[in-house]
Amino acid sequence: MAVKIINPGLSTTVQDLGRPGYYHLGIPISGGMDRFALRAANLLVGNDEGAAVLEAVFLGPEIEFTQAATVAVTGGELPPKVNGAEQATWEAFAVKSGDVLSFGYLKSGARVYIAISGGVDVPLKLGSRSTYTLGALGGHEGRALKAGDALPLGPSGKGRGAIPAALRRGPGNPAELRMLPGLYWHRITAAAGKQFFADTWKVAPEADRIGYRFKGGKALDFVPRTPPFGAGSDPSNIVDACYPYGSVQVPSGTEPIVLHRDAVSGGGYMMLGVIISADMDLIGQLQPHSPARFVEVTLDEALCARADRQAALQRVRDHLKL
Amino acid sequence: MSIRFSFGGDEHIFAEVSEEMSLEAFFTSLSLTNAVKQAGIKGVTEICPANASFQIKYDPDQIKAGDLLRELQSMEGAASKSDASLKTRIMEIPVYYQDPWTHETLMRFRERHQDPSATDLEYAARVNGLGSVEDFIEAHSSQPWFVSMVGFVAGLPFLYQMVERKRQLQVPKYLRPRTDTPKLTVGYGGCFSCIYSVRGAGGYQMFGVTPMPIYDPNQQVSYLQDEMCLFRPGDIVKWKPISRDQYDADTEAVNANRFEPTIREASFSLAEFNKDINGTNAKLMEVLHGR
Repeated sequence: MAVKIINPGLSTTVQDLGRPGYYHLGIPISGGMDRFALRAANLLVGNDEGAAVLEAVFLGPEIEFTQAATVAVTGGELPPKVNGAEQATWEAFAVKSGDVLSFGYLKSGARVYIAISGGVDVPLKLGSRSTYTLGALGGHEGRALKAGDALPLGPSGKGRGAIPAALRRGPGNPAELRMLPGLYWHRITAAAGKQFFADTWKVAPEADRIGYRFKGGKALDFVPRTPPFGAGSDPSNIVDACYPYGSVQVPSGTEPIVLHRDAVSGGGYMMLGVIISADMDLIGQLQPHSPARFVEVTLDEALCARADRQAALQRVRDHLKL
Repeated sequence: MSIRFSFGGDEHIFAEVSEEMSLEAFFTSLSLTNAVKQAGIKGVTEICPANASFQIKYDPDQIKAGDLLRELQSMEGAASKSDASLKTRIMEIPVYYQDPWTHETLMRFRERHQDPSATDLEYAARVNGLGSVEDFIEAHSSQPWFVSMVGFVAGLPFLYQMVERKRQLQVPKYLRPRTDTPKLTVGYGGCFSCIYSVRGAGGYQMFGVTPMPIYDPNQQVSYLQDEMCLFRPGDIVKWKPISRDQYDADTEAVNANRFEPTIREASFSLAEFNKDINGTNAKLMEVLHGR
């Protein structure tokens, strides 16, 4: 064993790029909420971009190394320390056997990605090492880490370098989450649709890997209807259907919920549309009470944003080759 | 039936076969998703059938949204002409109705319920115009059900009863969802029954529990070693009411990993079903009981 958990923090899980292919059984993709930060952390320590890392939310864990390794911490600004000495984020640093990695207080963002050279080598489950806690699947024993857990590392390559601030990505203030309207958008009135995009929302305390809830905007007015058989009587009900990743459901028209990597795969609430793939990472870095707006885009704009995000990642790869 | 397609962001296409639930809509969704699977379209990563709709997830770097949409639309005609027949499985699921665990849970969340003075089963019997809880259990367990969707959480089946529309049971969900539901609770919301595969939040009414695991991420349970989820869309389920003694005996068998569920191969034709519902269901029961 190469890593020992002294203190797990608030919730620290093993995550990689996820487990596609089982959503039809209700098993979500899981994996790092901020994929850009996860890939960057792995590149810094010389791992494959999709190697398993630790994802910690709000509070960092305390970890003892039982072998030498290279470590990098990306994502939110949560200062890492080795034996109490502060290290830079977005930069590779070395640890020796017996060293203890701990963290200061969160300055910005919500989640950090702790990559360790060799990657966290828990067993593959359905092709991934990601933890899906609701289904007790993957990661370390299907759950968030606890004090005393020991994790093995894979064979390590050579890591080095740093990623300058100009090459990083994070949400603005307020965060702008781009959304393609669709799905059951026609269920709300034109005025309600306009108001939805005009309002500034706040992240609610109920925000986790399954989904993020938002508060503070005006309740939506629905187009009147006779409930279809099997849907239920609330105007926001539909016959239970699939939920896309990033879909924005609004139970009873009051508080939008954006589903994330551990999404419930379906249910009986209407959805207004879907947050574009390029902006999913940003949601993972939002703290409760932080402001956010939904911004209407077209499919072409979504695809341009996707290309921009891929280009940003390519700049990181190119930079680290220097 | 004309399918309504919608782009779900840049990685999903959502297809609503019908706004309302029906076996016809379910069969169209199932046959279309099967056709998509067989077509092996490059870039398609997830194919998810649902009750009266379905969803395709794809990689837009490999296939353009418009091209995928045209492919799906070209399959629509063939699916609606298919004869809606199915080689499937029928299985018996033991249910201990009015068990102490869902009772304890429903009492804890009474203030979130439409009728805080009644149990979920008493409420369900009343809103369906049935005289007693026993009459409701009879209506719930006497006729078979289709697994019309798997999802929400890992391996959870949504089930739709194989009876004519006027006999369908309908029960509203809780006013506000609970934060807790016992594992393997048999639930009800709208026109669907379900089995909660894991403990967690839920908004469906709670009627009982099954001793039979339906999801095993460790793949230790004898009948879940090949696939961690028991159910597939298109499976047919028959509830079997059991007593506390039988529940305890089944649980002991499950714990010793010698519980053997009753699962048989079966075939189903929607046209025959619509012609003679009682006759079709009676034949399915013969298949289930090996007669």
